[in-house]
This record gives sequence, C-alpha cells and structure tokens, in this order.
Amino acid sequence: MTTSNYATERETTEGRVFTVTGGDWDTVVSGTDPINEERIVVNMGPQHPSTHGVLRLILELEGETVREARSVVGYLHTGIEKNLEYRNWVQGSTFVTRMDYLSPLFNETAYALAVEKLLGITDEVTERATTIRVLMMELNRISSHLVWVATTAMELGAINMMLYGFREREYILEIFEIITGLRMNHAYVRPGGVAQDVPDEAIVKIREFLKLMPKKLKEYENMLSGQPIWLERTQNVAVLDVTGCLALGVTGPVLRSAGLAWDLRKTMPYCGYETYEFDVPTHTDGDVWGRYLVRLAEIRESLKLVEQALDRLKPGPVMVADRKIAWPAQLAIGVDGMGNSLEHVAKIMGQSMESLIHHFKLVTEGFRVPPGQVYVGIESPRGELGVHAVSDGGTRPYRVHYREPSFINLQALPAMAEGGLIADVIAGGASLDPVMGGCDR
Amino acid sequence: MTAPNDRNDNGGVPVPTTPAGATSGAPAEHPPSSPAGRGMFGIHGSGDVSGFGGLVRQRRPIEESPRPYGGYFDEVRDALEEAYPAFGEAIEKVVVDRGELTLHVRPERIAEVCQVMRDDLALRFELCSSVSGVDYLGADERRLHVVYQLTSMTYRRMVRLEAAVSVEHPHLPSVTAVYPTADWQEREAYDMFGIVFDGHPNLTRILMPDDWEGHPQRKDYPLGGVPVEYKGAEIPPPDKRRSYQ
Repeated sequence: MTTSNYATERETTEGRVFTVTGGDWDTVVSGTDPINEERIVVNMGPQHPSTHGVLRLILELEGETVREARSVVGYLHTGIEKNLEYRNWVQGSTFVTRMDYLSPLFNETAYALAVEKLLGITDEVTERATTIRVLMMELNRISSHLVWVATTAMELGAINMMLYGFREREYILEIFEIITGLRMNHAYVRPGGVAQDVPDEAIVKIREFLKLMPKKLKEYENMLSGQPIWLERTQNVAVLDVTGCLALGVTGPVLRSAGLAWDLRKTMPYCGYETYEFDVPTHTDGDVWGRYLVRLAEIRESLKLVEQALDRLKPGPVMVADRKIAWPAQLAIGVDGMGNSLEHVAKIMGQSMESLIHHFKLVTEGFRVPPGQVYVGIESPRGELGVHAVSDGGTRPYRVHYREPSFINLQALPAMAEGGLIADVIAGGASLDPVMGGCDR
Repeated sequence: MTAPNDRNDNGGVPVPTTPAGATSGAPAEHPPSSPAGRGMFGIHGSGDVSGFGGLVRQRRPIEESPRPYGGYFDEVRDALEEAYPAFGEAIEKVVVDRGELTLHVRPERIAEVCQVMRDDLALRFELCSSVSGVDYLGADERRLHVVYQLTSMTYRRMVRLEAAVSVEHPHLPSVTAVYPTADWQEREAYDMFGIVFDGHPNLTRILMPDDWEGHPQRKDYPLGGVPVEYKGAEIPPPDKRRSYQ
C-alpha cells in the first residue's frame, strides 16, 4: 500500500476512499486563478460572416466577457472622394452611388442636393423630380431595413428570416430595375433632377408592393417578436442611451431607439418632407430589441410615404429647365440598361444642331459650379448622411466629403460591447447596421 | 506609350489616334484646379489654335459678410460673442454664403470655441455632425482647412467652423474632449491631409494602411492609375486625360 502526500485515506464499507488535501490545492481554489484571469486577444474579421463586410474587431476577452473592443476599418477604402475630384459634377453621381451599396439612392440624392445648393437651383428642381426622389428614397429605406433585419436575424440564428427579408428586397430591386435600369449603383438621381422618368409599369408594381408588404411585415413580427431566443438575444443587449449616442455622434434608428425623435426628415426637412404625413417611431430601451422595433416601424412609415408620393406624382418634367445643366433630351432604359433613347439620338443627331452642341459640351466638359461650399444632411437608413461639397468654380468637384453614418456609428461599438458577452458583440454590431462600403468609401 | 494605329489585329475596328493634349503636359497632370486655373483644354503652346489656352480663371478671396446676416445667424454670432470673451481674437471671419453660416476660427482656439458652442445655453450645438479637411493648394497660404459642421438639436440650427493651418505647421487642438464623435473623423483628416490634432487620444491612420506614405487627399498627391486599352486605343488614366479647367 502506498501513502500519498496529497490524500488522506480511510476505509469504508465501499472500499478505500481518498480525500484530496494539501499540496497547492487550497491556494488554487481560494487564491487567484491563473487560467481564468488570463486575457486573450481575438481577432474577429476582417473576413467573418457576421461583421457585415470587412470590419475587423479586436476583442480582449476574459473568458466569454469582452473587456476591450477596438474596431479597425479601412479594408474597403476605394478613394471615392479623391476620384470625384477628377470627374465632372454629373459623373460624381456614378461614384457616390457605390459608397453605401445598400442605400445608393440616398448617396445620390444627398450629392445632388449639395450640387444643386452650390448651383443655387434648389428651387428650380421640378416637383415631379422631387417626388420621384422621395419615392425612390423611401423604397430604398425599406430595402435597406429589410437587409438589416435579414442579416441580423441570420447572425442571431434565424436563417428563415434572412430568406424572407432578401425575398422582399428582391421585389424592390426589381422596381428599381424597371425605373433606373439597374438593381444597385443606379446613378439615377442627378444634379438637377433624375435621369429619366418613372415608367407606368413601375407604378403598377409599386402599388402591388404596397399591398403585399404589410402582410409580410406581420409575418416577420409573428416569427420574431415573441420568439424567446430572439428576445433573449436582443433585449438589454448592447444598450446605448441618448447621452452616449450624442457624444459619439450616433444618429438614425439607434438614436431613436434610445428615445430621441431626431429624424432630419422632420427636424430639418428637405425634398418637401414637411408636406408628407408620417410619424417618427421611437423606443426607450436603447437596446437591440428597440432598434429592431424602430426599424420595422420605419418600414411601415416608409410605406405610407411611398403611397403619398405615388398619389402626388403628376406629369411633368423630371429635370430642371436650365439648358446649361440639363441634357437636351432625356435618357431611356434600353435593352442593356440605361442609355440614350432613340428619340434622343434622332433629335441631337438629325434635327437640332444646338442640341448636339449642348449635349457634347455638357457630356465632355460638364457645367461650371460657382465657387463656395455647402453642407447637406439627409436622413439615410443609418442616420445622418451629410455631404460637404466644395467648388472652386470649375467643372469638377474641388472636394466632396461624405459624413457617412456607418463610419460615425461604428465608433459606438466599444461602448456597446465592452463588459458584455462575446455573443452580444455580434448583436450589438449588427444593430448599428454598418455598411463597410459607406464606412470606408 | 504604344502607337495604337500600328495594330491591325483587332478585326478591323477603327482605332482613334491619341487625343491631342492627352499626355502632353496637360494641366490635369498637375492637381486639378491647381493655382493654374488656366486654359480650357489643357493644350498650351502651338497645339492651341482656339485661344482658350490663354484664359485665366480668377479666384476671389473669401470675404467677410456684412451684417445683418439674416435668419438665426445674427443670434448665433451675438450669443457666441457674449459667451466667449475672446471672440474678437479667435474668430477671423464670419461668412454667410448660400444660406450657411461659416465662422473662420483661429486654429489654436478651435477646441475652446467648440466647448462654448456646445455648452452655452443660447447656442447648444450638441452634435458635431462632420469633421473634414479641404486642401486649398495655391489659394491660401494656410492651405489645409479643417471644417466642422455643428448641429444644434435644441434650436435646429447648423453652423460651420473652419480652421486653417499650414503644411509646415499642421497643428491644431483636438476637439475630441468636447465631441468624442470627432475621434475617427480627426483620424481620417490626419490620414488624408496630414493635419495633426494635438491632444487626440490615438491619432493614427484609419482608412489607409498604417505604413502608407503621404496623405492622399492633398491636392499635390497624384491620383495614380494605369492606362487601359480599349478596342485598340490606349486610354490614359483619369488624372492624365485631357481636361477642362
């Protein structure tokens, strides 16, 4: 029989029993825990299915608790702002639309509004063009929020919601394709108006969509709103109150979910939003759950706005009358996307020498914009989308800076994540709805 | 550069010759709208038969706007003047243009002014919407401008602050202590323009790689790019193309 320094032994009816004592076990149990005290640093991203593109998070973990979180951006920097300085003002539309690829029409509209303000033609933009812009932006807001609810639900485990969200978004993309010729990267909203008129078949399709969408929203709510896993993963997760939002510059649904009804469409209206009837949904929890409710409610408000815009759509020009800015004829959708309509080609090539000259000058040279600087802010699906545009009087932008809500809002991620669980980093990050194309530009 | 006309292996597609001025020292090879502001097509010397090459565009200096400014601008100025004793020294110019108010602030005072703008009850600019840089190469001796867009949610007002620094001494205080949201935006301005915000907690590059050299958004930083071939013709990169100035 051997005796151990580490265990006392006694005989029982069941046989011999050892009781482990002595050694350093006491200190292990009572004192510091070298294994659990240790912090490990985990790189999440830049290639990670739940980081919405190429966002990289550096997390310092203590067990499953996040002690420090830092986000690294810039992996999708494409120098769009620099490139704009080498193209004329109209060509700028084709660049800015590629920034935040989930809300291209907001990028374009903000840019167009800024250029129009620089040109001093804000009041000359036709009513139809403005109404079409509102129509398109609100449809785009719905499609963007659908992608948000789809991807966020997928990241939290509800794959079916992902499929449904993308299915309904597809419907909107088809509408966009009928109107602009493209599903994304439209370059549809141009300085002075929009590129071409809305065809009648698109109106029919939008009306169908307006009928269909409320039912689908009910479905989403039936699926998610009472579901225990969804509630567990979203309620009291990644809380950010109004003070935190304001300090970090967070706007949009995240700010509204904390209780401040700040929506530029109401507070600093543009595009005639003050004449539309709609509400600004808010919530007071400031958590992921609140952001979910706010976004679903915003889809409903956008449906209202789309309906009102459709009712207001009266026939008329969709470009300013100024021939120094507008092209001599409108574009049309061809079989291969957007291009010159046959009537347009016939007019400039066969009938009107002046049109040909104007067209040539406007396309090759572009128009001149009086020197100065402006800032225009609009309410994108992610918050305040601002354009700071500077002109030196030439045919090209001197400087265009985008105040991208994705970029600004991502700063709030450490505030949401630190002290929480690693699983909640996913929920919190998703609830900010960052789009890296916009963030990195 | 290859001569595109020499190639005949493209199925008889007609190939254009290189446009005049495409690579002949066109002003586009310089920063766009550089102090030059001269000419139209980028053709100089004997190539220019239009006479447009001799056109010179004047650049007017930014002038102080006379009072009253109209709208809420007078109130904002009066409130700031009252709340901030060093107003006369810190504010270089007040400009109202296109319905927007711009206060040109001495760079070393910017953080103080922001503090007053945020905290004074008559001003209350709670949100710093945007911080960005602009490089006025050739137009201003202190060519790097930092532009702050402040929003007052209480009064629903917007104001722009502008501070100009030189390339030789591109320093100004960081406003991150007043507006934490300026953190990444100041990093971006540093990354893109090389403007140094003193007192920033972590002023590193944000969009460009850490080991990048130069500050890409400066006007004397080239766009870069390579020529591409399209149907037998060589298309120069965007910053080498013939351009209108």
